[in-house]
Amino acid sequence: MHALWYTLLALMLVVYVVLDGFDFGTGIIFRYVAKSDEERRQILSAIGPVWDGNEVWLIAAGGTLFFAFPRAYAAGFSGFYMPLIILLWLLVLRGLAIELRSHEPYRLWHDFWDTTLQFASILTAIILGAAFANLIRGVPLRTSGYFAVPLFTNLLTHPYIGILDYYTIIAGAFCLVVLALHGALFLVWKTDGAVRERSIHAARRMWWVVIALEIITYALTAVVQPDFLASLTVRVWPLILVLAALAAFFYIPVSLKGSNDLVPFIGSVVFIVGMLTAAAGALFPVLITSTINPSYSLTAYNASAGSHGLNVGIVWWPIGIALATGYFVFVYRSMSGKRSAGKIDEYSYK
Amino acid sequence: MLWDRLQFAFTVTYHYLFPQLTMGLSFLIVIMKWKYLRTNGDMWNRAARFWARIFAINFAVGVVTGIPLEFQFGTNWAAFSNYAGGVIGQTLAMEGVFAFFLESSFIGAFVFGEKKLGRRGHFAAALGVFIGSWLSGYFIIATNAFMQHPVGYAVGPGGDLQLSSFWQFVVNPWAIWEYLHNMCASVITAATVVAAVGALWQLNHKHEEEAHLFLKVGVIAALVASVLQIFPTGDQNGKLVADYQPTALAALEGVFASTPRAPLAIIGQPDVNKGTLENPVVVPGVLSFLAYGTFNATVQGLTAFPKNQWPDNISLLYYSYHIMVGLGTLILALMAVSTILLWTKRLYKTRPVLWMLMLAFPFPYIATTAGWLTTELGRQPWIVYGLLRTSAASSPMLNTGDVVFTTIGFLGLYFVIGVIFLYLVGREIARGPAPAEGRS
Repeated sequence: MHALWYTLLALMLVVYVVLDGFDFGTGIIFRYVAKSDEERRQILSAIGPVWDGNEVWLIAAGGTLFFAFPRAYAAGFSGFYMPLIILLWLLVLRGLAIELRSHEPYRLWHDFWDTTLQFASILTAIILGAAFANLIRGVPLRTSGYFAVPLFTNLLTHPYIGILDYYTIIAGAFCLVVLALHGALFLVWKTDGAVRERSIHAARRMWWVVIALEIITYALTAVVQPDFLASLTVRVWPLILVLAALAAFFYIPVSLKGSNDLVPFIGSVVFIVGMLTAAAGALFPVLITSTINPSYSLTAYNASAGSHGLNVGIVWWPIGIALATGYFVFVYRSMSGKRSAGKIDEYSYK
Repeated sequence: MLWDRLQFAFTVTYHYLFPQLTMGLSFLIVIMKWKYLRTNGDMWNRAARFWARIFAINFAVGVVTGIPLEFQFGTNWAAFSNYAGGVIGQTLAMEGVFAFFLESSFIGAFVFGEKKLGRRGHFAAALGVFIGSWLSGYFIIATNAFMQHPVGYAVGPGGDLQLSSFWQFVVNPWAIWEYLHNMCASVITAATVVAAVGALWQLNHKHEEEAHLFLKVGVIAALVASVLQIFPTGDQNGKLVADYQPTALAALEGVFASTPRAPLAIIGQPDVNKGTLENPVVVPGVLSFLAYGTFNATVQGLTAFPKNQWPDNISLLYYSYHIMVGLGTLILALMAVSTILLWTKRLYKTRPVLWMLMLAFPFPYIATTAGWLTTELGRQPWIVYGLLRTSAASSPMLNTGDVVFTTIGFLGLYFVIGVIFLYLVGREIARGPAPAEGRS
């Protein structure tokens, strides 16, 4: 039961990164791929109807973490205090930028929200990447089940660590470019015209940056947390997932030459899902790694709620997720096809 | 600790200014869309379309200010999360899975999909948003009800709370009455706002056709909800407080010494140090009757309990409660008068009453906020009533300086959001019902 909830939680977070990831990705490259007001509205009409639903995966995953592993929720959220609150502020700004931009016709109003959207998307991507790197690197979790770390110290990984050090910042940058690529490929799929052309161009360039940062991130992981890389390669499933992710990643530039615009995006989805599930598989059963003493780490077994609660959850959770899947299929189908600049149809942000 | 409390009080109070309109308005919009579906009166659809525009802005601010709350339990109240997460995590997770997915999926379809979905489809989308937002309300209230009146739990081996009976927890009687009371309040807020916009246009002789419809819907819905707000929902909430939180009852009514045939204080200023109510204007025996159903019952005063069980801000609790009841009564009276005038076809010409309707729209917001202050201050000094003290609930290793920093950040950010919100809603109201379809 504990392993099952660990898996379900990991899956929710992966779905969140894949779905809201393309919202952030389009935000990161927003001002670059869309120059005119019409083009920007074209992008907003592609993410406008879905961003809120995508973000709910984060809320639902947070709720699931709370209910299945309350000790990890308490330790993690209070320990990552500053970056988490800053992340919340950025999510507030991002949501407002998408929703409020269309309410006034003025150029300055649009510029303000466009810049806000891009700024919030970039920082959010970096924080998400850095937060994940903190889980891999470990935090000074005490036997009391709590920890506290400042946002940054001297940017080294020891002895007094902060959330941001050279390793987690690089990981944040890696996340930034992966999501930028993801967003560009989403726009290749969902738009046409100049925005699509620029997105293809951005994706091709970004692809090389992703490779470069991927190699650096992995090399640094070998230095900072060799155990993690070891379990990534020793366990069979994580290794298979990594290989699948890499295969999909190398297929992306090939598929960009093809005629089906959905395929490169699928490649990016497989890449992200493969990498994240592999990482979760390598971390299992640890939720938060303690750098003080591995036995202090919070795991699926010592951080969980009572068994009755977990058993009850396994009844309602699948029902809720099945319903949610139904809503998502409805929404994505009702906005199928490409968004075009200048042709603002019913389902769009003006 | 103090800053943790201030921060949560601020972010949750600010956030709730928006969902109370969202929930009430989604209900009224469903009624408008339903009337349109049944009567084919285009007027109903135009009304729904105007309110959908306000709804969209309000919903967006509600969503973005709501996200932090789900996380603040963990960031600032880690000891509480650790202790109670095995129980209240259930309803918080269910809110995300059952309510937010539904609501967020249909909001886009509702705001943008009118032409594409057709009449029935658009009605269904409005219904989806309504059900999602009302479900969300239930899960949150059930969570709060557990903190007020914990049921369905057991103490686990580590001393933390675990779920022992899911149904007992989810259908906590406290949750049901608190929910109904809260949802009536939410309908009152939305109906009062609808009536206020109608009154504004009517006084200005603008969009009179819509103004009449808004006044009619707003006044009638507000009257019905105001009656239900007092009886049975308010009455039942009061009885639950009397039964399970006697210290709260004594504090919010300003009862210091235990009294048989306890009087109900209408006005008066509590002096906590002397243990008296100054300048009291009271109705004899009524408090005993309201709390226990008989005039002869004894209401226990605060002095009957050890001081370490008293709510820690008795004055604020007392005033919050009295403001809630006072404004609630005022709204009921205004809506009753307006309904009589509506019935006798004089409302649209009675300018003083239209003025009052227009200026009354902040009252339900204030009453609701005061009501939540009553609920939350009455629970003190506990965070989970009788089980965990608020003083033991915050994050053990969190630096207070960080909390001050983020509180200031929230204040600044939310101030800006408030200004933008008022500007945009003001613009929509000034613009009036759009003649063209969709947003302009």
